[in-house]
Amino acid sequence: MSSEPPSTAPLARLSGVSHRYGNVLALDRLDLEVREGEVLAVLGPNGAGKTTAVSLLLGTLTLQSGAARVFGSAPDAAEVRLRRGAMLQVSGVPETLTVGEHLALFRAYYPSPLPAARLLEMAGLRELRDRRFGKLSGGQKQRVMFALALAGDPELVFLDEPTAGLDLDGRRRLWDEIRGLKAAGRTAVLTTHYLEEADALADRIAVIHRGRLIAEGTPEEIKSRTAGRVVRCVTTITAETARTFPEAAGAETKGQHLEIVTSQPEALLRRMFARDPELGDLTVVGVGLEEAFLALTGERGPDGNGAGPEGGS
Amino acid sequence: MDASAPPVLRRRLWWHVRIALLETRFQFLSSLRLPAFAVPTLLFPVFFYLFFAVVFQSGGASLVAPTYMLATYGVFGVLGPSIFGFGVGLAQERDTGALLLKRTTPMPAGAFLFARVGTAAIFGAVVVGTLFLLAGFAAGVELHRSQWFSLAGIILAAVLPFSAIGLAIGAWAKQQAAVAIVNLAFIGMSLISGLWVPIYMLPNVMQDIAVVFPTFHLGQLALKVIDLDLGGPVWLHLVLLVGQTAVCLAVAAAGFRRFSGR
Repeated sequence: MSSEPPSTAPLARLSGVSHRYGNVLALDRLDLEVREGEVLAVLGPNGAGKTTAVSLLLGTLTLQSGAARVFGSAPDAAEVRLRRGAMLQVSGVPETLTVGEHLALFRAYYPSPLPAARLLEMAGLRELRDRRFGKLSGGQKQRVMFALALAGDPELVFLDEPTAGLDLDGRRRLWDEIRGLKAAGRTAVLTTHYLEEADALADRIAVIHRGRLIAEGTPEEIKSRTAGRVVRCVTTITAETARTFPEAAGAETKGQHLEIVTSQPEALLRRMFARDPELGDLTVVGVGLEEAFLALTGERGPDGNGAGPEGGS
Repeated sequence: MDASAPPVLRRRLWWHVRIALLETRFQFLSSLRLPAFAVPTLLFPVFFYLFFAVVFQSGGASLVAPTYMLATYGVFGVLGPSIFGFGVGLAQERDTGALLLKRTTPMPAGAFLFARVGTAAIFGAVVVGTLFLLAGFAAGVELHRSQWFSLAGIILAAVLPFSAIGLAIGAWAKQQAAVAIVNLAFIGMSLISGLWVPIYMLPNVMQDIAVVFPTFHLGQLALKVIDLDLGGPVWLHLVLLVGQTAVCLAVAAAGFRRFSGR
């Protein structure tokens, strides 16, 4: 896709970073690298440590141990702020100012901002310039936050769960805008727990679970890491029970169906039919990213080997 | 500006000034469009003065009451925008994440503080100006020109210590709690410090408590201009004010440190 030769020096990097909130270990010796010109998706379930990792790269959280560098400097250095933009997960701006006023203020922070008209265009806000922020819909507000992140024409953009709470249409629109960023040669870090979002947008995916990097690679590589099958059926076996099966890499209830990721579907099915002869509506398919993710995070239930934060220490 | 300063330095300075002014402009606009902020801060002191000093006292022989109240309602008029702007406004920006977002931008922290103090000063100046007009034309208060200026200066300077109180509240409290705490501080401090009812009419116990609050000292300094204060020395009021402001700033700084997870 890109004709640019790949650059070796990462634009941003976390090395051996651990972070605690009280007794809870949010990041556990995490290594993360952002390369120039890529869209990196940081993928993980809620509470995996995605926002903590981004906050450390933004310098809004103070580093406890390990190292964080952005453009070779400390993440909160003045020159870093000039070259970086951010869209935070929990953020709004004063409701009584208009979209145009917010853009004017943020553009003033930077030496060579994008023209206001261009920002309005990119974020699909042209008709909303004179609307007060408080009068916008959720999706429109997200688009304003997106435009504010790009106000300074940043080389590196952090998007922390940009599409959380958006409807399907809003999500698709924002996706197009993020693809536009990449086309313009920008580097973006996107956190998400939408697997299809990472698959649709990212050049590279870093899967984080319980504060650790458990997989990293292109969407295809992540999928091939679990060259298994998904067994889908209607059964009396619960997901909790299924996770205890040695053949099961992960299990989840989806409506009436139980979905199990496995690399030994035959052995798994023998075991399942032994338990539930009435088992029905059976399909066995190759894994999508969602199942790969389920397998990678290895949700094996409370007796699994993952020493989670809720288990204490 | 010093013409001999290196151009880079001058550009940086200009950049800081420009952002501080823009932040102030938008902070002011945003506050003005918020009826919950603009209406009480602008109208309360003016209505109180109109009612108690103009209507209530009309035809009275003495001009002491309208003059006294000009000083105390003036201080009261600055207290509102200062502690509401910082206390509730800051808590709100923390809750909504607006403050966190700004911390990721190159915005200088100084510009943020300047904008809020500046907005409180503009609202305060509007209130004081209105009170002065009411006092001079409707209540018939007569002061020397130097007294008008001193009074205006002291009242507007009150923006700084009062903003420090708001900052301390806003740095710690969540928005909903901040609204309650700020209202309590607003009404409680005004009452105890004699900004509504002359302090010599209050029980002695309350006068003793009032010494703790910056509002008392500002009230006394303003009243000193028109020789209606309780007679405490200016330096003592100033020393206590500086001390109280330092405590508020320390409390605020501790709140911000906790907020950034240090």
